[in-house]
Amino acid sequence: MSDAIPLDLDFATGDRARSVTTERRPVRIALILIAVAFLTLFLLLPLFAVFLEAVRAGFGSYWSAISEPDAIAAMKLTLMVAAIAVPANLIFGLAASWAIAKFEFPGKSVLNTLIDLPFSVSPVISGLVYVLLFGLQGYFGPYLQSHGIQIIFAVPGIVLATIFVTFPFVARELVPLMQEQGTQDEEAALSLGASGLKTFFLVTLPNVKWALLYGVILCNARAMGEFGAVSVVSGHIRGKTNTMPLQVEILYNEYNFAAAFAVASLLALLALVTLVIKVALEWRFTDQIAASRRH
Amino acid sequence: MTRFRSTLAAGAALALTAFAASVALADTTLLNVSYDPTRELYRAVNEAFIKDWKSKTGESVVIEQSHGGSGKQARAVVDGLQADVVTLALQGDIDQISKAGLIGADWQKRLGNNAAPYTSTIVFLVRKGNPKGIKDWDDLIKEGVEVITPNPKTSGGARWNYLAAWAFADGKFDHDEANTKNFIQKLFANVPVLDTGARGATTTFAQRGIGDVLLAWENEAFLALDELGADKFEIVVPSLSIKAEPPVAVVDKVVDAKGTRKAAEAYVNFLYTPEAQKLIAHHYYRPSDPKSADPKDLARFVDVKLVTIDDPLFGGWAAAQAKHFAEGGVFDQLYKPKTN
Amino acid sequence: MAGGHGLALKRPSAIPGFGLALGFTLTYLSLIVLIPLAALMFKTASLGFSGFWEIVTAPRTLAALRVSFVISFIAASINVVFGVIVAWVLIRYRFPGRRLLDAFVDLPFALPTAVAGIALTAIYARNGWLGALLDPFGIKIAYTPWGIGVALVFIGLPFVVRTVQPVLEDFEREIEEAAASLGASRRQTVFRVMLPALMPAILTGFALAFARAVGEYGSVIFIAGNIPFVSEIAPLLIVIRLEEFNYAQATAIAAAMLMIAFTVIFLINLIQAWQRRRFAP
Repeated sequence: MSDAIPLDLDFATGDRARSVTTERRPVRIALILIAVAFLTLFLLLPLFAVFLEAVRAGFGSYWSAISEPDAIAAMKLTLMVAAIAVPANLIFGLAASWAIAKFEFPGKSVLNTLIDLPFSVSPVISGLVYVLLFGLQGYFGPYLQSHGIQIIFAVPGIVLATIFVTFPFVARELVPLMQEQGTQDEEAALSLGASGLKTFFLVTLPNVKWALLYGVILCNARAMGEFGAVSVVSGHIRGKTNTMPLQVEILYNEYNFAAAFAVASLLALLALVTLVIKVALEWRFTDQIAASRRH
Repeated sequence: MTRFRSTLAAGAALALTAFAASVALADTTLLNVSYDPTRELYRAVNEAFIKDWKSKTGESVVIEQSHGGSGKQARAVVDGLQADVVTLALQGDIDQISKAGLIGADWQKRLGNNAAPYTSTIVFLVRKGNPKGIKDWDDLIKEGVEVITPNPKTSGGARWNYLAAWAFADGKFDHDEANTKNFIQKLFANVPVLDTGARGATTTFAQRGIGDVLLAWENEAFLALDELGADKFEIVVPSLSIKAEPPVAVVDKVVDAKGTRKAAEAYVNFLYTPEAQKLIAHHYYRPSDPKSADPKDLARFVDVKLVTIDDPLFGGWAAAQAKHFAEGGVFDQLYKPKTN
Repeated sequence: MAGGHGLALKRPSAIPGFGLALGFTLTYLSLIVLIPLAALMFKTASLGFSGFWEIVTAPRTLAALRVSFVISFIAASINVVFGVIVAWVLIRYRFPGRRLLDAFVDLPFALPTAVAGIALTAIYARNGWLGALLDPFGIKIAYTPWGIGVALVFIGLPFVVRTVQPVLEDFEREIEEAAASLGASRRQTVFRVMLPALMPAILTGFALAFARAVGEYGSVIFIAGNIPFVSEIAPLLIVIRLEEFNYAQATAIAAAMLMIAFTVIFLINLIQAWQRRRFAP
């Protein structure tokens, strides 16, 4: 976020040099109002509704809703699933962007499209494909069953579905940036005698660390919030295979609306906290980020 | 060659992360896979059974619960959800599990009352004071009446709603099927929202203020009064309804693999004991053995003429399912493409 | 995807680790994405082409696909217009609360879709905050196709904003100054110079928002009326077919959706590559 200072009330820049690269004041104010109104209508209002419903029954019942054993089990499961899915996709994102950005090979654009594919697969389908593979009526189900391995309707299935849904997040952030940065830095390091690994950790990684962090944050948020795909493979066993979003649905279906929104508000809060961390880091390291982007 | 090896190593590392085998369940854990409206009932029943089992055998048993739409739950069991016991909304759903070879074909004969320890029926929930004056199925097809029911394709309860309406229309039009279909078509033309499950439909009706009448399980209607406000809604019992028999079964394949048959069978049999029957009536299900129930609980059920699914009109679940709810069946024919 | 093929035809490079990186990428991609999706296609293929064609051209299926694709297209278009404005405002202007607003843009990624659906329904239903305001004018949002649109705008917005933002940020001010010094009005600079250069990013954002919207299930079923031929989306039809234990039909519809979505994304990737070449500095 280049040269911004927060809470800077700099609506009008008198300086002649910049005035040709910005709009007239009324246009600017109108655009800001449109953007704020749009975001309020579609983003802030739903968020506000979640928190309002959550505390409607009072803070006492809010606390008891989120400290109930099933809710805690759901939180633990959600954290565990994210703890597996996010690093897995992080490693993948690094490998994929290294291959795509630093090398030329045929089929690259197909590979790029394939990486984006999980974004466009309906969550219903991404759950279904694992049922087709590992379900008792599926291709590998009978074999797994006879060896006592349970994948769907257990934690591994939930992890797989989550990895699928969050698959592109890290790669999507890294590929364009690394493509833009080119290979000069790495080539320079290598010609100075650095090993491949050293080059990767000391040159490439620092160059992309912000995009990487951003990808990880989004990946994590989506991993914790995924509902559709996980719902298909979870089996909904209370206190065992229910993630937080599923717990929200269960509570909602028990007419326990306040508790449902209480758990939902935790997820929203989690999202907000990660986003605030992101903003704080960006603010703290503005110069570095700008430097790495301009590279 | 080294490239190939590193590729292989990468693949192996991935396999390790992805496929952590899950641990087998402890022997004394039972999983009861049930449909949506039974959450409150089985919470009470499980507690009673755990005590009963402990006093009889000295063993402790843990009962896990899974709830969801009846069809979806049946499918999960077919696809490998390790249910020891299934307690679903429709005979047809357990038949599907049986067809997949997980439950013996004679399951319905193994327990009393067609393997249904409790029954229920379909009633109307209307807004307080019944402003649209809804008394019977006839009133649902009037112009300006909005009817809320879940989608019979995705909800077991909604199938009972549909069949009860069909039975009424069949009597009204003296078994004339064209008129009956016409009646059902008009009824569903008054439905503005088809939620995917019974609970979703109740929420749409109660929380969102949509619709004049909700077609619901009797137990759901009573529970909605309890949970969402007896001052806002009232129950209307139509002249004729259907006897819904939600059946239970032990999943043979699973209990034999897990070695839990003894406990699982004791669990389903427990549902027929006076203690469980009393809980069943208390949770607004009609007990199969009313003698053991609290008369106060029984007094809440209105006497209503009930048809059953085995009535020649329907000819059992398999026939009713094929005729009405299969793809391209009568229900699908109610909806015509919009011409625009 | 022939990995070996790629290895052989790779342009020579001093950078190491190609085999490891591509090998891992392809293995992981295959295990997590391609094999499962291949299973879906394999299952569909057992229907034969005529069986598949019959299912996807049935009036009910076509209607559901039309609802999904048309409303997703409209929602993605709305997101393009407002998403570009939001990105523009966030990058170019300084005003109080800007950073906070910037952070909120990612909310739809993080909020569980079911929660979003419930919250949006609570707001836009007849007795909700906004629904009650609109009701006197005879405007109904929840339980109509408009409701689907609202949910799809919600989930698609960050895709557009987040793809446009970095490109706009990197946009060289010198180019704008050059255009202005050559006598272009501000409006001409924006519409003739800047927007064309932003086009690849806008298209990518559109494609991602569109593709995501087509598949969305969790938030939509709460706010749509789910009435066949009116507000029944394709993913719901898949669920309905599954409830009928009709796996073949469910996978056929899923496969059709997948192919359309893949084609859309691939086409837009191609347009983007072409645009990038055309506007390359």
